[in-house]
Amino acid sequence: MTQQLKEPALKSRGMTRRQLLSRSVAVGASFVVGAGFVASGNAAWAMETTAIKPESMATLIQMARDIYPHDQVGDEFYATAVKGYDSAENAEQVEAGITELNAAAAAAGHADYLSIGWEEDRVAVLKAIEGTPFFQTVRAGLVTGLYNQKALWPIFGYEGESFSLGGYIERGFDDINWL
Amino acid sequence: MVAKFDLTDDSVVVIIGTGAGGGVLANELAQKGVKVVALEAGGRYLPEDYLNDEWDSFSQLAWLDTRTTSGTWRVAKDFAGLPAWIVKAVGGTTTHWAGASIRFQEHEWKALTTYGKVEGASLLDWPIDAAEMAPWYDKAEEKLGVTRTGNRPGLPGNNNYKVFEKGALALGYKEVSTGRMAIQSSNETGSRIACQQTGFCFQGCKWGAKWSAAYTDIPEGEATGNLEVRERSHVARILHNDAGKVTGVEYFDKDGNLQFQAARIVCVAGNTFESPRLLLNSASSMFPNGLANSSDQVGRNYMRHTTGSVYGIFDKPVRMWRGTTMAGIVQDEARHDPSRGFVGGYELETLALGLPFMAAFLNPGAWGRGFTTALDHYENMAGMWIVGEDMPQSTNRVTLSDATDQYGLKVANVHFDDHPNDIAMRNHAYKQGMAIYDAVGATRSFPTPPYPSTHNLGTNRMSERPEDGVCNKWGQTHDIANLFISDGSQFTTGAAENPTLTIVALAIRQADHIAREMSAGNI
Ligand SMILES: Cc1cc2nc3c(=O)[nH]c(=O)nc-3n(C[C@H](O)[C@H](O)[C@H](O)COP(=O)(O)OP(=O)(O)OC[C@H]3O[C@@H](n4cnc5c(N)ncnc54)[C@H](O)[C@@H]3O)c2cc1C
Ligand code: SF4
Repeated sequence: MTQQLKEPALKSRGMTRRQLLSRSVAVGASFVVGAGFVASGNAAWAMETTAIKPESMATLIQMARDIYPHDQVGDEFYATAVKGYDSAENAEQVEAGITELNAAAAAAGHADYLSIGWEEDRVAVLKAIEGTPFFQTVRAGLVTGLYNQKALWPIFGYEGESFSLGGYIERGFDDINWL
Repeated sequence: MVAKFDLTDDSVVVIIGTGAGGGVLANELAQKGVKVVALEAGGRYLPEDYLNDEWDSFSQLAWLDTRTTSGTWRVAKDFAGLPAWIVKAVGGTTTHWAGASIRFQEHEWKALTTYGKVEGASLLDWPIDAAEMAPWYDKAEEKLGVTRTGNRPGLPGNNNYKVFEKGALALGYKEVSTGRMAIQSSNETGSRIACQQTGFCFQGCKWGAKWSAAYTDIPEGEATGNLEVRERSHVARILHNDAGKVTGVEYFDKDGNLQFQAARIVCVAGNTFESPRLLLNSASSMFPNGLANSSDQVGRNYMRHTTGSVYGIFDKPVRMWRGTTMAGIVQDEARHDPSRGFVGGYELETLALGLPFMAAFLNPGAWGRGFTTALDHYENMAGMWIVGEDMPQSTNRVTLSDATDQYGLKVANVHFDDHPNDIAMRNHAYKQGMAIYDAVGATRSFPTPPYPSTHNLGTNRMSERPEDGVCNKWGQTHDIANLFISDGSQFTTGAAENPTLTIVALAIRQADHIAREMSAGNI
């Protein structure tokens, strides 16, 4: 799933990284957006958007990271986790939620959510909207959307399925050596 | 040869639910030559079907039909539609269970006498005791192949256990072991394969090393030719005649058609929410408050054990997910010792969750770095679970909700508030659990709130006097002689012990009683 966000997504639009970057503008510190897509600043991955604005998708990705920040986890995992919000069915509510989030950022004296440089300041804005259905939906969705990505498990050391490997009886179920 | 009985055959015993209680009862009766139709709402899954994946397995096996919640317990807020984590499948929750199999302590059969009156609690003594149950426990341990009973050795300790054991011994605890588990520990002492330490005990054991009714009692019963299991058959109502005897059950078959199965005897074993729900949904003009409910006790006294978990983080890897999920126990705190500030006691047991469930259960609703820095060290984490006796309270209860399920039947609402004794015990256990990890050098340890209930007890309780409960010491309802309660809902009190061994022992004993009464012509 995560892989799809990388090269193939770019290729399907027939663009090289350089072309992609030349057709996009930076939003916040981490993302660039162009017509119908959002990408990482170095174009290592890109994701098309069809129903919601690319800026809104970039905001959602940043919001996802700020809710469950893991510095060792790349943006593409967060992007995968919120990808589902880019649908005709969800668009209206998502855009309304992002508007709400940006309004809370503005109330705290920022241009918008993505322009806030420090995580601490973004978290303060999230705290202000913590009780809204929008925040709660995004947070709850991340619990499975983020942590149930198999490609993410090795980053945390989790080994997943073990039956096909014969369990751990010969593979270290009791190998702790520091006690 | 698998039996097939006629819908109009009123000589059969109908059992509702095929879990620890119903599945064992079905096999035991079939072995004695009694004809049984077991109706199970869920489908049939065997080791080859089980999935080493927490959420996929949950979707495959868990009971996901609608339920509602109320009360001040945190589950009602965090998991409003999921008060319990239990299974809907042939074999019931014995597919999910971890296998911890311990007997009640002698005094736990006599909670009221031992603890005295506790304000706000509806404590009772069981109408049976340790001496009465001892031979049935022997049979249950033999059936389940429980380690450290008979000639069966204990399981080897995994990484999670080794951390737990070292901390517990450092604190001075004496009763520390890999416990009594219904998991094969050696290929020499039973017919099941020995545990391969795959570490997905909660998702169904793909090796069949752990006992589950799904692949032991159910097929053994079917092989007698006396047991027919009808899967994907959801019982809607129990019917009765003018004499006040039950005559059979209405159920929705696998195609959603309503059927009537006649019966000589009906045994209810749908777990602690569904069993009272069924009795309440079976109300009639003769029994306007529901079947077997002249005492108004059906649905009351819901117990779920005083649970909670403790996780410790270390500066080096533990990899707790490797190996058996729950083979580790400290029993020193299971004693009754009111000097600790509460009555009853608790067990501490090792527990490991995979990363996906850890994210969901570590601190539901939490976000930000306080939460994520704990998960960052998932590989260096060790975990344990608290199982303590909670107080029965008549206001903790299952009632019919206004919400309905896919068949249009009213669903169970589960109301629960902690008793002050439960809270005092949990706080004590949190402190001791954290001290265990601190003693091994944890850099951080934390108490985790109770998950959706896995142990569900008490809503059709046994009592000496008919006005105090729903069934007598055989699980036979006080009001209706040919209606029995055969699952964890018959528990008078919960004790500090994981319940399944006791549910199984009671089912074996009940089968003996029913067969005897049938041949004597009494029912
Ligand atoms: C993750 C987990 C770990 C556990 N670990 C342990 C452990 O280590 N030790 C221990 O002692 N216990 C453990 N338990 C608890 C144990 O599984 C239960 O106590 C036990 O299975 C309960 O038995 P029961 O017969 O009451 O109900 P169940 O085993 O839940 O069986 C009830 C069955 O009835 C069916 N049913 C319900 N309503 C209807 C209806 N209307 N019509 C037809 N069928 C219906 C259900 O689908 C289900 O299959 C664990 C539970 C879980 C979830
Ligand atoms: S750890 Fe052992 S008992 Fe548990 S699922 Fe694996 S083989 Fe079965």
